[in-house]
Amino acid sequence: MKVILRNPRREVAVTGNRRIKDILRELDILPETVLVICGDDLITADQVVRDDATIELRPVMSGGSQNDPR
Amino acid sequence: MKCRKCGEPAVLELRRHNAAFCAPDFLEFFRNQVREAIRKHRMFTKDELVLVAVSGGKDSLALWDVLIDEGYRTTGLYLDLGIFDYSVESKAKCERFAAARDVPLMVTAVRDEVGAPVPVIKEVTRRPPCSGCGLSKRYLMNRVALEHGIPVVATGHNLDDEAATLFGSVMHWQTDALPRQSPALASTHPKLVRRVKPLYRLSERETAAFAFLRKIDYIVEECPFAEGATSIAHKEILSRLEDASPGAKHNFLFGFLDRARPAFERAEAVVLNECLRCGQVTTGTICAFCKLADQVKRRVS
Repeated sequence: MKVILRNPRREVAVTGNRRIKDILRELDILPETVLVICGDDLITADQVVRDDATIELRPVMSGGSQNDPR
Repeated sequence: MKCRKCGEPAVLELRRHNAAFCAPDFLEFFRNQVREAIRKHRMFTKDELVLVAVSGGKDSLALWDVLIDEGYRTTGLYLDLGIFDYSVESKAKCERFAAARDVPLMVTAVRDEVGAPVPVIKEVTRRPPCSGCGLSKRYLMNRVALEHGIPVVATGHNLDDEAATLFGSVMHWQTDALPRQSPALASTHPKLVRRVKPLYRLSERETAAFAFLRKIDYIVEECPFAEGATSIAHKEILSRLEDASPGAKHNFLFGFLDRARPAFERAEAVVLNECLRCGQVTTGTICAFCKLADQVKRRVS
């Protein structure tokens, strides 16, 4: 499966049908810090994704000045 | 995983609420949280014009989207920081958002007001870029609102932003900063407009999910100057805590707001003056923004 990561944008390959929770653990990503996007949908960490799928792990953290308009 | 409300397949799990939601029920949950924030802190009414500070990011555009849908009268304000392609792209996203919804958007360039864009300010001041950037934003948001007779500025600060700011203040025991940390700051001077944060009850992940589900085209890329920012480090620490103990960020922030903040509020006594140069509010004689602009103009000219 193809996993798209951001900031910087890059891709990693993960083999086999896998549960999202396990992929996040393997990549050392905290579930609360990303959205898991599959096509046009968000999916939860308990879901199993097929080997031929593409998912995006989109970071949700923004930062910088603590008083700026986000 | 099933939606807590309807039993359909969930799209998002919210561990701190021990719940999961389908898309429609999550969107309603999100709007309810914003409604509750506005109601509880009497942030603004539907008769008032609200200046929504937008950056092109998920939070401010999600906020603007909710306020428009809820029937509030809004005008967007985009502050052009002049940060290379990042600013070009984020400004375009704000303009497209406003045009698609037929709502007004004002644009103010930091370059025109300070004398140089943020990257040059960073070089001139030799301070972290977020310092001059944040100072300029706070000043310009207030001044633009005043100039247009708008009584309140709404920003997209979320629960994670507020928890990280609180964490930073507590780490350094900045007791003067603690009373100013609030979802709603009243006007304490005729030249200070109210400042409100209607997303303070919602996490960063929840605002990102809302923006995605609403198909809001926001800038996903991080500001190039944010790398290494202290606030990011604080957010990472808090995210580790949240992972180990869901609800930790919420309890930290809401515990402070409910139980600790009033004590610091009573301790604060600040005299406000008008800047001799620009007339905006300051605790000194010349405001920090005018000092910054002077410094930049001396070096650039």
